[in-house]
Amino acid sequence: MSSASATPVNRLHTALSKPGKLLSIYFTAGFPRLEDTVPILRELEAAGADLVEIGLPFSDPLADGPTIQQSSTEALHNGMTTARLFEQLEGIRREVSLPLILMGYFNPVLQFGVEAFCRRCAEVGIDGLILPDLPLDSYEREYRPILERYGLSMVFLISPQTSNARIRQIDDASDSFIYMVSSASTTGVQKGFGTAQQAYFERIESLGLQHPQLVGFGIGDADSFRAATTHAKGAIIGSAFIRLLREEGVAGIRSFIKKIRP
Amino acid sequence: MSSYHVDENGFYGEFGGAFIPEMLYPNVEELRTCYLDILADPAFQAEFRQLLSDYVGRPTPLYYSVRLSEKYGSKIYLKREDLCHTGAHKVNNTIGQILLAKRLGKTRIIAETGAGQHGVATATVCALMGLPCVVYMGAVDIARQAPNVARMKLLGAEVRAATSGSRTLKDATNEAIRDWINNPVDTHYIIGSVVGPHPYPDMVARFQSVISEEIQSQLQEAEGRPDPDYLIACVGGGSNAAGAYYHYLDRPDVKILAAEAAGKGVDTGESAATSALGRVGIIHASKTLLMQTDDGQITEPYSISAGLDYPGVGPLHAHLFATGRATFIPVTDAEAMQAGRELAELEGIIPAIETSHALALLAMGSVPKGSLAVINLSGRGDKDLQTYIDYFKLA
Repeated sequence: MSSASATPVNRLHTALSKPGKLLSIYFTAGFPRLEDTVPILRELEAAGADLVEIGLPFSDPLADGPTIQQSSTEALHNGMTTARLFEQLEGIRREVSLPLILMGYFNPVLQFGVEAFCRRCAEVGIDGLILPDLPLDSYEREYRPILERYGLSMVFLISPQTSNARIRQIDDASDSFIYMVSSASTTGVQKGFGTAQQAYFERIESLGLQHPQLVGFGIGDADSFRAATTHAKGAIIGSAFIRLLREEGVAGIRSFIKKIRP
Repeated sequence: MSSYHVDENGFYGEFGGAFIPEMLYPNVEELRTCYLDILADPAFQAEFRQLLSDYVGRPTPLYYSVRLSEKYGSKIYLKREDLCHTGAHKVNNTIGQILLAKRLGKTRIIAETGAGQHGVATATVCALMGLPCVVYMGAVDIARQAPNVARMKLLGAEVRAATSGSRTLKDATNEAIRDWINNPVDTHYIIGSVVGPHPYPDMVARFQSVISEEIQSQLQEAEGRPDPDYLIACVGGGSNAAGAYYHYLDRPDVKILAAEAAGKGVDTGESAATSALGRVGIIHASKTLLMQTDDGQITEPYSISAGLDYPGVGPLHAHLFATGRATFIPVTDAEAMQAGRELAELEGIIPAIETSHALALLAMGSVPKGSLAVINLSGRGDKDLQTYIDYFKLA
């Protein structure tokens, strides 16, 4: 399969070096229906998204707000598992060229086996991982060589409480982009960005980091997308997209993306 | 420091650590860098000890249980944590943590609770210190623990229902963690057991270690030796057990027994026997033994005791189990209920059903005749009256 030779970090880097602001979309695999994963990916590519985060559902998603948590519960109820997701993604690289990132909690990965998980990611053409509850030091100590062996990029989060020194450390450990959590919160749409958030966005911009930042949490429409990307390379939409899928299903994806970025 | 205590990375052998999202890193890092210094401060210790004495009612008695001893042919002592203010050992930890929260300048307290004992103990110290308190409790638990919900409200706490997932303790813990993510600066999260990210398991164990400290001196006085042959406690998350074991971990002649809740039986699918049914994984930011599906989804345990139906176990206990330092023994609902009733009839003490699991090891023959045994009587059974009534058809 071609994905084995294509280096995923390059696919991510190509996307990240595109001019303009990037739109990344998160969805929970197995929601609203078990078999929606591939149709959603197809539609996102056709609609012009720049990056996709595929959520691996977890029973206890403690960094997520109610919308994503509910989608995870339903996805698990629909029968989604780690093995099932990899089966669904088999052959995805024949029709989708978007960078694909798997996002999930660490325990299911640990149970699958970190090495086996990374191997399957590489086989189906996944480019990177976001595991919010795998801390930086643990990653560096135990898992970095495994991800590197399979050409996977690890994406780390920062929040307004993250110190500049820590942000530099995370920047050094990163190899694609930094996931910038917009505020002290779990996932979910908020009402606009206040002055504290603007100050935070400006502070991060002024650090002149090596890796671009994508802002996530609290972005759900054209206005918040524009506000979030004033000082960052791109933004991530999750909960609002989950709600769209709940209300309109796969058919609503193209118009949703068009509204965010006309 | 022996191998049974936490190492500098926050691990007990392979268990423990702090698998937290980055949003919580500053909070947990603040605690990690401060807690040992604060605990070592003589002024902190003086305040902590004074409240344990004057407010909680410590030291709690080490009671020689004459009739239980006669029946089982051993010398059996009961460490009377049930006589603590609020009716269980939980308050030792909440007193310690609220003093620590004040030192850190925190102005708002959150907690999780299952049966409501830790929620009540947290609401109590928040009232004492005049701090606002939010307690997360599973919606299912709110419905079945109405008296404790009322106690928390009477103490001025706000009780918020966790309506996600299975709507019990693990979900209440998830909600409390989410609250902390959303309020990282002003809020301290008082975790109720030796679970969660490092340094919580060690910090809570240290606050509870007053139990084993007292047992040592009380047993010395009563028996002329500080060490029992057998030391027994029940383990859910494991805070009362951690406190009872703490000063004995490095004394290998003391055999440590841990009673865990087998529910209707280890193999019935309705059990909370984590050592028997759990595999290594991550729950609430700690690597430990936990009950989960093959796919790594955390499953809902069952026990008649609301304080023991936690799908994981503190990382210290996972380590004690893995190294063989402690022997874990599953106790069914039926065995526990009989043991609770027996203590009531023989000694005039109605134990919490959690505690009844520890007492059941006597009838199960886990303590050889002629031994000197200490059982940690972690809580009183008033809160469980309805369960006793229903089970024994007392009404």
